Amino acid sequence: MTDTALRSAIRPEARATQWRRLSSDWAADRQTFPGASWRKAMMWIFLLSDTFVFGCFLIGYMTVRMSTTVPWPNPSEVFALEIGGTTLPLILIAIMTFVLISSSGTMAMAVACGYRRRRRATALLMLLTALLGTTFVGMQAFEWTKLIHEGVRPWENPWGAEQFGAAFFMITGFHGTHVTIGVLILLVVARKVWRGDYDTGRRGFFTSQPGRYENVEIAGLYWHFVDLVWVFIFALFYLW
Amino acid sequence: MAASASHSSGHSIRLYLVVWFWLFVLSACSYLVDYFHLQGILRWFLILLFMVVKAGLIVAVFMHMAWERLALIYAILVPPAALLVFVAIMSAEAAYTLLTRSTLLGGG
Repeated sequence: MTDTALRSAIRPEARATQWRRLSSDWAADRQTFPGASWRKAMMWIFLLSDTFVFGCFLIGYMTVRMSTTVPWPNPSEVFALEIGGTTLPLILIAIMTFVLISSSGTMAMAVACGYRRRRRATALLMLLTALLGTTFVGMQAFEWTKLIHEGVRPWENPWGAEQFGAAFFMITGFHGTHVTIGVLILLVVARKVWRGDYDTGRRGFFTSQPGRYENVEIAGLYWHFVDLVWVFIFALFYLW
Repeated sequence: MAASASHSSGHSIRLYLVVWFWLFVLSACSYLVDYFHLQGILRWFLILLFMVVKAGLIVAVFMHMAWERLALIYAILVPPAALLVFVAIMSAEAAYTLLTRSTLLGGG
């Protein structure tokens, strides 16, 4: 979308060269992604596989929702909260969305600071991102607790189609797990940045390889992907 | 690799802030779709529109896809199109299940 818009600004002759470069990147008997390091390429390929995992969950949800003869519970009412006497539809989910988007923004800033070699700023922004991620998981735990108290189970719920609980716990549970893992990755990388590992070339504990500030960008790729998945869950599960 | 690193450092903080702002606006818009109880085709259209634009902004700018080579862009963005085929297959299957359920179980 945006990426097409950015690309259409390129002159036609440059575009032809781009296509030639695409075919030679794939056809030549050499490294296929010369623009990206193997670390980055592998993270992208992992994210592609994860796309299929979440894609399958969402398609499974679509299938059970389309094929049930019982009405689907209205998410707008199920996820409503009463704040100060007024009932606001979906308010918790909206706040969670804003928290996650904010964390994506701080992560993008951290990556930019990393490439400018601003060690402390990078580490602090990553910690802020991790904090926002933890807030998100906390709110999700609150949401789960509330729904479980109201009687939602993977096999039944008080409002309608039984499949609602199964789809909800499966999809948000897997997403929450991804956020939690993301927070751990952020903390690990932030610690390395803070200690100056990427400036001094200190070798990693597992890999015995010196890391680079690119690692911040790769952790960022994962984090943005988690936000990306939430965009789809928010639209297809909560708003539909 | 030095080239790619210096390339990435060229992104202005300002661009990130602009994208961040738009993500906020688009999320607020999708929330308002629910808040104002829009229904039917308009609701679905707006939800999917905001979803696709947000996803595009995140992938293109935050994940730097707009600055990668076409070889990587196509390797990552084309395969998920298979999911659309899967959606088509499963919606046909779900429609059939619904049909048999309503005929044989007497529901709906």
